[in-house]
Amino acid sequence: MNYFTLPLEEWTNRFVDDWLLPVTGEFFDSISEGLRTFVDGVTDLMIATPPVLLVLILIIIAWKFSGKGLALFALLGSLYLGSVDLWEAAMQTVAIVIVSTLISIIIGIPLGILAATNKTMATLVRPILDFMQTLPSFVYLIPAILLFGLGNVPAVIATFVFATPPAVRMTTLGIQQVPADVVEASKAFGSTKWQLLYKVQLPLALPSIMAGINQTMMLALSMAVIASMIGAPGLGSVVLEGISTVNVGLGLTGGLGIVVLAIIMDRITQGLVRNNKK
Amino acid sequence: MKKIEVNNLTKIFGSHPQQGLKRLIDGEQKENILAETGMTVGVNQASFSVEAGEFFVIMGLSGSGKSTLIRLVNRLIEPTSGEVLIDGQNIVEMGKNELIETRRKKLGMVFQQFGLFPHRTVLQNVAYGLEIQGVKKEERNKRAQQSIEDVGLHGYENSYPKELSGGMQQRVGLARALANDSDILLMDEAFSALDPLIRKEMQDELLNLQNKLGKTILFITHDLDEALKLGDRIAIMKNGEIVQVGTADEILENPANEYVSNFVKDVDRSKVLMASHVMKKPAVHMADKSGALAAVRKMEEVGASSIFVVDKDNNFKGLLTIDNAISAYKSSLPIENVLIEDIHEISPETPLNDLFSVAVEAKYPLAVVENGKLLGIVSRVSILSGLVLGKKEVTTP
Ligand SMILES: Nc1ncnc2c1ncn2[C@@H]1O[C@H](COP(=O)(O)OP(=O)(O)OP(=O)(O)O)[C@@H](O)[C@H]1O
Ligand SMILES: [Mg+2]
Repeated sequence: MNYFTLPLEEWTNRFVDDWLLPVTGEFFDSISEGLRTFVDGVTDLMIATPPVLLVLILIIIAWKFSGKGLALFALLGSLYLGSVDLWEAAMQTVAIVIVSTLISIIIGIPLGILAATNKTMATLVRPILDFMQTLPSFVYLIPAILLFGLGNVPAVIATFVFATPPAVRMTTLGIQQVPADVVEASKAFGSTKWQLLYKVQLPLALPSIMAGINQTMMLALSMAVIASMIGAPGLGSVVLEGISTVNVGLGLTGGLGIVVLAIIMDRITQGLVRNNKK
Repeated sequence: MKKIEVNNLTKIFGSHPQQGLKRLIDGEQKENILAETGMTVGVNQASFSVEAGEFFVIMGLSGSGKSTLIRLVNRLIEPTSGEVLIDGQNIVEMGKNELIETRRKKLGMVFQQFGLFPHRTVLQNVAYGLEIQGVKKEERNKRAQQSIEDVGLHGYENSYPKELSGGMQQRVGLARALANDSDILLMDEAFSALDPLIRKEMQDELLNLQNKLGKTILFITHDLDEALKLGDRIAIMKNGEIVQVGTADEILENPANEYVSNFVKDVDRSKVLMASHVMKKPAVHMADKSGALAAVRKMEEVGASSIFVVDKDNNFKGLLTIDNAISAYKSSLPIENVLIEDIHEISPETPLNDLFSVAVEAKYPLAVVENGKLLGIVSRVSILSGLVLGKKEVTTP
């Protein structure tokens, strides 16, 4: 089939080497610096805090948002992580998930609001989200390394790209689902756009927004694991080591740790959804 | 003074409203435009005006454009062309802030689909209009509380809308509009979900309010009886057009076309104003609960020289005059022995016409009784005032 040759590989490399990196390198470096401080700060904090204190806080949160069952599970899960000596790795993963979820929420929710209230924004945002969601994660791990090096920071960036779409979409959906007659009533009494937003649309969209945050967090966890391939520390790198050294036991131990984190994060954020439906 | 003035107002729903407008002005029919362009004519070159303090009713079949028209008045819907003057200001051309200010201060609205805020309690719903104007919490809750009581929902302040029946939700919508204390009330089938008794009560309350506070009311209804009872003037809509505007008399007597006469034909004119429309809730005395002395006290309290007596199930017993009550008390007779029982009992559907002759002869107020229960009383004053209100042709015999 090669009737002609398309030197796309070469073009791309030349574009990246000759233009993208020299011109934008400084910009990405400064983002990179800021992010590194942030992620490392959170990671250090998680690791430096006495595990007993962290587990206590976790149990209280689990109890409050989900119930006794999850609180017990959180205790047992923490004991497991400690007993297989994966506590620190788990905290590294949690730090990446927390930071990237936070960024996803901070950027995603306002974007979702804009897309719900502004047609131009909606037509602009939708294809970008589609692109972000359909692109295989391997593909953007590469530019992430190029622009941000190895380690925590590209992991957070890749995770952010992977996990933001649901935060945007579910916010938009939640706002669009507010019944038209309710919006009309708010306007008829002379609400400004802001009043309409924070007194009516956002409170009614909250369950949907929370469901979006739940999805974002779960995606962030799965990406934080995959990002071990670009040098992100944490449970993912434990599993990766298990795979590359054909150490089934290590792979399983790390894998179970990920499952523990996944269940706890999922149940807590689902509790948030439920609390807001009442 | 004109409070609302609507000039040549048109709304076309669809992709190219201006083209649709051209067709309309060229005299093309609504159905034609829909068939050829897929655009719906919601309101077609409507013009009318409402005086300050007037009760203006809009009637028409389903889909005739009533809801669209009322939403054009506060610009919830942007018109395709035409103008809406509120106190002389064209709302169509107002800037954002001016529009918001006008809606806050001048235009209250009650919605056909209620439009209550599901995440807010009844009190918070009712206080919403004041809240967004920045009225302090204490003050706005006080005012909201008052209008909640006005619509008879005392005790439900902290309920959520979904915990209330349809009729109660509609009253929350009404209270929300009242709490704002705007000069103009826009009411889209505001009473449609109420049962007849509460509906009548709300109608009376609204008329009362309008008399007392001089509200200007634009009221949509499907119900001709309601229109005739409430409206100073009535506009009839068909296919987005206003086909006739006039007082009830004018419309009943000279319907502009067949549509209007069809609309009003099932009104038996003599029946239009009935006893139930003018009856009042009487002060009553419960015979089996207390004796003559209590009855006298009650009469003193309400300032009447006689009182209607019922048993505990509201079965009508008779009339007790003050003289009879005193003599019963002196000779310690039960009041049943001194009741005047040949009171004129009339049914709630008795036309006002017939009442007139009865009222001339009657010494006492007439009792409106249905299945033995006392529903209300009709005083001669209220028959006369029914006449003076002039909503109907009620001829003296
Ligand atoms: N948002 C809209 N988009 C398109 N067409 C609309 C819209 N709103 C109303 N219409 C059309 O405008 C016409 C008038 O509707 P409207 O709701 O004003 O009628 P109505 O007189 O209030 O009826 P009802 O008595 O059933 O409430 C209808 O043909 C309706 O289909
Ligand atoms: Mg309607």
